[in-house]
Amino acid sequence: MNKKNLIRSAIALVVGILVIGLGDAFLGSFAVRILNLSAIYIILALSLNLLVGFTGLFSLGHAGFMAVGAYVSALLTMTPAQKTMNFFLTPIVPWLANIQVPFILALLIAGLCAAFVGLLIGAPALRLRDDYLAIATLGFAEIIRVLITNAQPLTNGAQGLKAIPKYSTTWVVWGFAALTAAFLVMLLRSSYGRTIKAVRDDEIAAEAMGVNVFRVKVTSFVISSFWAGVGGALLGHMITTIDPKMFNLILTFNILLIVVLGGNGSITGSILGAIIVTVMMEALRFLDMPMNLIFFKTNGLPGLRMVIFSLMLMVVVLYRQRGLMGNKEFSWDMVANLRAVIGLKPRNKGGR
Amino acid sequence: MLRTDSVSMRFGGLTAVADFNVQIEKNEIVGLIGPNGAGKTTAFNTITGVYKPTEGKIFFKGKDVTGAKPHHITEMGIARTFQNIRLFKDMNVLENVLVATHLRMDVGVFASTFHLPGYLRKEKQAREFAMELLESVGLTNQTEESAISLPYGKQRRLEIVRALATKPSLLLLDEPAAGMNPQETLELMDFIVGIRDRFDLTILLIEHHMQVVMGVCSRMYVLDYGITIAHGNPSEIQANPKVIEAYLGVD
Ligand SMILES: Nc1ncnc2c1ncn2[C@@H]1O[C@H](COP(=O)(O)OP(=O)(O)OP(=O)(O)O)[C@@H](O)[C@H]1O
Ligand SMILES: [Mg+2]
Repeated sequence: MNKKNLIRSAIALVVGILVIGLGDAFLGSFAVRILNLSAIYIILALSLNLLVGFTGLFSLGHAGFMAVGAYVSALLTMTPAQKTMNFFLTPIVPWLANIQVPFILALLIAGLCAAFVGLLIGAPALRLRDDYLAIATLGFAEIIRVLITNAQPLTNGAQGLKAIPKYSTTWVVWGFAALTAAFLVMLLRSSYGRTIKAVRDDEIAAEAMGVNVFRVKVTSFVISSFWAGVGGALLGHMITTIDPKMFNLILTFNILLIVVLGGNGSITGSILGAIIVTVMMEALRFLDMPMNLIFFKTNGLPGLRMVIFSLMLMVVVLYRQRGLMGNKEFSWDMVANLRAVIGLKPRNKGGR
Repeated sequence: MLRTDSVSMRFGGLTAVADFNVQIEKNEIVGLIGPNGAGKTTAFNTITGVYKPTEGKIFFKGKDVTGAKPHHITEMGIARTFQNIRLFKDMNVLENVLVATHLRMDVGVFASTFHLPGYLRKEKQAREFAMELLESVGLTNQTEESAISLPYGKQRRLEIVRALATKPSLLLLDEPAAGMNPQETLELMDFIVGIRDRFDLTILLIEHHMQVVMGVCSRMYVLDYGITIAHGNPSEIQANPKVIEAYLGVD
């Protein structure tokens, strides 16, 4: 990176922080919610992209790991009084009733629990052929939901948990989004990260170069589960109410949508995708509401929003097979080249 | 160095390799030749653990390595290239070689990700080694290029240095001269002798056309329909009527 680009990046960073700070200070609660949801979706999309885009593993279990993280962190941070209030049908198990730990510690434990579950699922499932992994992880996510629904003394079952402490402030969620991105960049640029990408590109060649392919897949799966757990926990602390129904396949699908839309194997693509999809999801919410157009009236078509989304995904996949960013990362040369394409500036040589 | 003991490999009803016995001594360059579909690549795949032989045993440095996993085999010191080049397609030239250096770096995911001092030192050494290897095949000016955008001949040489980056003692080359012109092939054979001396290697080399390897191999094995039909030094092989027949039948 040359000096000019370094300065540009520094300015972009400051602008980004300013936008977040100003947004937090002056936007209404609905807009702040979108702002914060974007950050959480960034964490979730990045963690899924590590699997799908960088390791070449197709997993459909993301919501399951989020659920683990969300429940663990919620149960570890609620006060004993809040717990008693929540568990009015079946009392909570005694050993959990009085535990309360600081938020950051709860978040770490949430991530570690999700990672551990990831290890339990990944170790057998990653021995299967790749196409079975999707089925196995899908099954796992459903099992987690059933377990949570039925483990009443531990999870309060189908009633879910209410009044979870609202710790996910704007700075917390964006801080964690930045942390996740930095972690992944460091990992993927390291020697170990190269072996992850080698497994994606060609398993047979990777093995022949001494890469323990199974081990690399499990490691990647566990790391991905960790961040999914953290993301799920932050989500719980943002919306303050969780229940097992929330963590369904649609949630996993939404995250997958972000990854594909942004670009499989692009960190900046996932960040961009998460912001676009979150904002659009909320901005297009009116589509599901009753509409009064000049010529006709609708009583609201629930699901129209998802239709529009699916169409968007199809258009992107048709015209840009590899998502908005492909597997490239954002760079200033890219901006320069883009400007050249639309005729604003001479083309920048040797950009990548 | 390497010894196979009556190795056979069957796929369903098809016997791709039957009763295969080779013995290779340290620092030898040995050829494995034969017409299309003779079972040469399959023989490589059983040695490197891609397939577990249906019968027989494989010994490397006196140790039984039959059925060991490919990455284990590489760790023990056998590296290979592929007939249909298998470079990492979304990585550049330097990264392709660096992947192979990871094996000997002995760093875990934690030290790697957090760029701990020990890791940084090893990463620097690995890069120096990779650059040194790339220099030996004249690729130092193309380290940032996508590996699969290189011309064919260079891709083959990149695959060889990538295998060398695992620091092997036995190198298996699957038709390294395929697709090269006669001039490039000659240079390649010199290069192979050169790396043998420089890295103290033993080399087993598959080739389709026996003339190509006559000059570099001290001995050769000839396969036809999975059966070892001849074995000996180049002049013996050339004069062997079975070999001539096998080749006339196909080419
Ligand atoms: N995985 C497999 N499953 C079934 N049959 C196989 C498999 N691998 C190889 N064969 C068969 O085994 C035989 C030997 O193939 P192999 O690739 O070893 O030949 P080769 O000597 O390397 O030929 P070439 O010169 O074309 O590379 C062929 O008939 C091939 O079709
Ligand atoms: Mg072959």
